[in-house]
Amino acid sequence: MRGRLNASLVTGGVLVGIVVLAALVSFVWTPHDPTLVDAAGKLREPGDGYLLGADKFGRDTFSQLMVGARTTLYVGIVAVGIAAAIGVPLGVIAGMTPLGWLSELIMRVNDLVFAFPALLLAVMLGAVYGAGTLTAMIAIGVATVPAFARVARAATLQVMVTDYILAARAAGRRRAAVAFRHVLPNISSVLIVQASVSFAIAILAEAALSFLGFGTRPPTPSWGRMLQESQELLFSTPRLALWPGLAIALAVLGFNLLGDGLRDYLDPKLRRIRAER
Amino acid sequence: MPTHAGTPLIEASGLTRVYHRPRTSLTRPGEPVHALRGVSLTIRKGERFGIVGESGSGKSTLLRLLCALDRPTAGSIRFDGREITGLPERRLRFLRHSLQIVFQDPMSSLDPRMRVRDLVAEPLVALGEPVGDRVTELLDAVGLPATAAGRYPHQFSGGQRQRIAIARALAPRPKVLVADEPVSALDVSVRGQILNLLADLVDELGLTLVFVSHDLSVVRHVCETVAVMNDGEIVETGAVDDVWAEPRHAYTRTLLQAVPTLEGFR
Repeated sequence: MRGRLNASLVTGGVLVGIVVLAALVSFVWTPHDPTLVDAAGKLREPGDGYLLGADKFGRDTFSQLMVGARTTLYVGIVAVGIAAAIGVPLGVIAGMTPLGWLSELIMRVNDLVFAFPALLLAVMLGAVYGAGTLTAMIAIGVATVPAFARVARAATLQVMVTDYILAARAAGRRRAAVAFRHVLPNISSVLIVQASVSFAIAILAEAALSFLGFGTRPPTPSWGRMLQESQELLFSTPRLALWPGLAIALAVLGFNLLGDGLRDYLDPKLRRIRAER
Repeated sequence: MPTHAGTPLIEASGLTRVYHRPRTSLTRPGEPVHALRGVSLTIRKGERFGIVGESGSGKSTLLRLLCALDRPTAGSIRFDGREITGLPERRLRFLRHSLQIVFQDPMSSLDPRMRVRDLVAEPLVALGEPVGDRVTELLDAVGLPATAAGRYPHQFSGGQRQRIAIARALAPRPKVLVADEPVSALDVSVRGQILNLLADLVDELGLTLVFVSHDLSVVRHVCETVAVMNDGEIVETGAVDDVWAEPRHAYTRTLLQAVPTLEGFR
C-alpha cells in the first residue's frame, strides 16, 4: 500500500518537522524567556547567546520564534480539527444520501460559507466575542469547513459507485456501517492531503489575524504579531521582520509541499502506474 | 442434476426499469433509457439458471433488481413467496441471509482497505451472526490457505481474489448464489478452475445458482436452464442444451455464432 518517497514529501516533511520540533522543544527549553522585557538589551544585535538578536523590548527573537511555532501549530491543529469534524460528516452525508434535495441543501449552504472570507469572519467574531486565539481558531475552522465538505463529498461520490460498496450492501451492511467501514477508510488519503493544505492556509490566516490584532493576544508570542511589531522598525532593523516572515513562509511552504507529496504518495492511480512499469 | 420439478424460489413478473439520462436541456427532461421492458421469469429451488445477453441487454439491471440492490420502475419480485420489491433495507434481512452475490471483477468488488479475514466475515458481521472459525473453513472450501486471512486483496491474483469473493458470498450459508459474469474479468487459464469450483460448491451445498454471462458456452458449462436477453427483454428461455442445439430466436443464433470455435468444432 506504499508509494515511493518523493521530493515534495521529503522537503515538506523536513520543514514541518523543524516547526514541530521547535514547538515541542519550546515546552521544556528556550535560550531565553521569550516574554522577558529587558530594557538594557533593546534591539540587541545577533550573537553572544542571542542567536537572532532581540526586539525593541529586548526579547530574544529566537525564543519567540520557537514559542511562536507552538501557537502556529496549536491554531492549525484546532482550526483544521474543527473544519474536518464538521466538514467531513457533511460531505460524506451529501455524497451518500439518496435524497437529492439534502445533498443540494448541504452543498448550497456550504457555498454560502465558502463565499465568506475567513478573515472577515474572524474580524466579526473578534468584534463580537473579543479577539483572541480561540476566536481566531474557530473562525478559521468554520471558514475551512466547506473545503473539507467539498473534497469529502467528491471522494465519497467516487467511492459510492464502486463494486465494493454494492458488495457491502449485498452483504447486508446498513448505511452507517458502509460509511464507517468502507467510505471513510477509502477517502482518508484525500482527507489527509486536504488537512495538510488547509493547515498551510490556517497558518497564513492566523499570522494575518495576529498582524491585524485579531489573533493571539500579547504577551503570547506569535509569528504574525512579531511581524506587526517589527513594522515600525522595518527600515532600521529589517531582521526583526525577516525572521518571523521567513518562519511563516517556510511553514506554509512545508505544509503545502507535504500535501502535494502525500497526494502523490497515497494516490492509488499513480501507485498502479508505478507498479506497471 | 435436479430437473425443473422444484418449487419456484424467485418469481419475477413484468419487471421494468427506466433510467433517465441527465438532462441536457432546461426545458426537456433527460431522455429515458429502457433497461428492462417487462421481464418475467421463474427460478426454481435447486435450479442452475443462466442469463445470457450482450452488454447493454439489461442482464446486469435484472440482476440488481433480483438482489434488491435497485428498485424496479414497475413489476414485482417474489422471493420464496415474499414480495421484495419496495421493501426498505431493514426488512430485507431474510434476503441478505438467503441470497449472496459474486461480482464480476474481484479487483473492484473487494474493498482494498480491508483484510481478507474482514472481507469474508463481513456478511456474518453485518447480519449479526457469530464468526468463529468460519473464515478458515470458508477459505479452505475455496482452496485458499488459512494464512490468506491476514492479507489484503491486492496481494492476490485475479483467480485467488475471485475465490475470496466466493468464500465471502458463502459465509452466511445462503440458499441462492448469484454470479454476475464471475469469470469474464479473469485470465482464460483460471476461468475453468473458478467455474468448476462454483459448480462443485453449488452441488455440494445444494444451492440455487443464478449465473449471468455474455458467453453462452460458459453458461452451458454450469447451467441447466437459460434465459436469453436482448434489448431489455427475455427473447428465449429453455433447457440450455435445447437452446444450444436449436436456437429458436434469431438473436440467440447471432449469439451462438459469436462463440469462438476451433476449426469449426462446436
